[in-house]
Amino acid sequence: MQLSTKHLLGIRDLLASDIQTILDTATQFKEVLQRPIKKVPTLRDVTIVNLFYENSTRTRISFELAEKRLSADTVNFTASGSSISKGESLLDTVNNILSMKVDMVVMRHGASGAPHFLAKHIPAAIINAGDGINEHPTQALLDAFSIREKLGTLEGKKVVIVGDIMHSRVALSNIYLLKKMGAEVMVAGPPTLIPIHITEAFGIPVEYNLRKALEWCDVANVLRIQLERQNQVLFSSLREYSLAYGINRKLLDSLSREIVIMHPGPINRGVELDSDAADSKQSIILQQVENGVAIRMAVLYLLAGKASNL
Amino acid sequence: MKTILTEKELGITIQRLSHQLLENHLRFDNLVIIGIQPRGIFFSDRIVQQINQQINPEKIKYGKLDITFYRDDIRLGLHTLNQTDIPFNIENKTVILVDDVLYTGRTVRAAMDALLAFGRPAKVELCILIDRRFSREVPIQADYAGRSIDTIITQKVKVLWKERDGTEEVVLL
Repeated sequence: MQLSTKHLLGIRDLLASDIQTILDTATQFKEVLQRPIKKVPTLRDVTIVNLFYENSTRTRISFELAEKRLSADTVNFTASGSSISKGESLLDTVNNILSMKVDMVVMRHGASGAPHFLAKHIPAAIINAGDGINEHPTQALLDAFSIREKLGTLEGKKVVIVGDIMHSRVALSNIYLLKKMGAEVMVAGPPTLIPIHITEAFGIPVEYNLRKALEWCDVANVLRIQLERQNQVLFSSLREYSLAYGINRKLLDSLSREIVIMHPGPINRGVELDSDAADSKQSIILQQVENGVAIRMAVLYLLAGKASNL
Repeated sequence: MKTILTEKELGITIQRLSHQLLENHLRFDNLVIIGIQPRGIFFSDRIVQQINQQINPEKIKYGKLDITFYRDDIRLGLHTLNQTDIPFNIENKTVILVDDVLYTGRTVRAAMDALLAFGRPAKVELCILIDRRFSREVPIQADYAGRSIDTIITQKVKVLWKERDGTEEVVLL
């Protein structure tokens, strides 16, 4: 019942047993969320600051709800409207917040490695809510939880990650996690959006033909095209991308079996995923969001226990 | 090691407690039984089995409650989570809380706290197999007790169940 780490910086640092513990703990928290009163007093004396240097809807609301359901005290911080615009550095900002006695920091930052930097310099427990193009561990955990809920297990399941692999922290966290839990992973997308050394680095196959990739898999995790992170032209138009890599009803119906569709959101409808696929029975996109709160409660609970052992 | 209850005595005690519950709540109409995870469940399973033989099993509402989220010692370390399964509303019901050993009373305090998340019960009663008297840290007493014993802090009471430990008895270590 203990994690091997004090922070959740990335899936890369977790052991398979840590992941198992988080998923099992989340199962119990999911039950809490079905109760008439969905709040437990577990983290009554814990103060958490949500530091969001980048935009977010789902992740921020999900963390906030998870904290509130655990009765923690929360402070929200967004980059706009703060002293960052006056030129304060990340470390100064956080140290100032910590001197107000905060136990945990949930942080999203545009620079890869920002939470790792903080973890080296401050005593609070840090949870990475997405750093640049590096990792987004809680998303990978809730994806794994949703797959496990739908298919019973992760072991031996075939998962294809489709789309903008290069700029996606969701993709990287998912690859680490699925491999640690014994699932088979493949990436699919246009060559310009897939890192060239991905096969050597992770030993996972690349497929440039979407139909072939979908025929192979049990689950397709479809990613958003991250135009905000692309500073050069990597494909000619969204319309062309959609024609080659967009998933729609017709394509799903033409496959030899029914696959599960996932998406970390926000969806660019009509680009990577059409409405008739996103809103179908095959899609577990809204379950992913629901499970996100349970996963984040589990992570907060397990790390708060750690923080208190100091 | 000293035996407090042998397998035979344990069976008789469980039978007596079940009958006491029946005596006080003859028709079991507005009543639910909730076992406290993890070890109270073995005891509550037996109680429910016994009561099932006396009245229509469909009438008995039986749930399991894990109190980890309501503990007052989270800061002292994490405990393993267990399943909570209360698939009914307890609003205005009489709740019989069931646990194997009553010691400091803190578990029962947490359980009463946890219960409120499932509705406001009309009444809560406590049914305990072994009551360690004079060691309470909060003012909580059992309504039904199998055996009351006097112990000191360094002693441990272990309730062993067939399904889990292979043998069935209550011992003092």
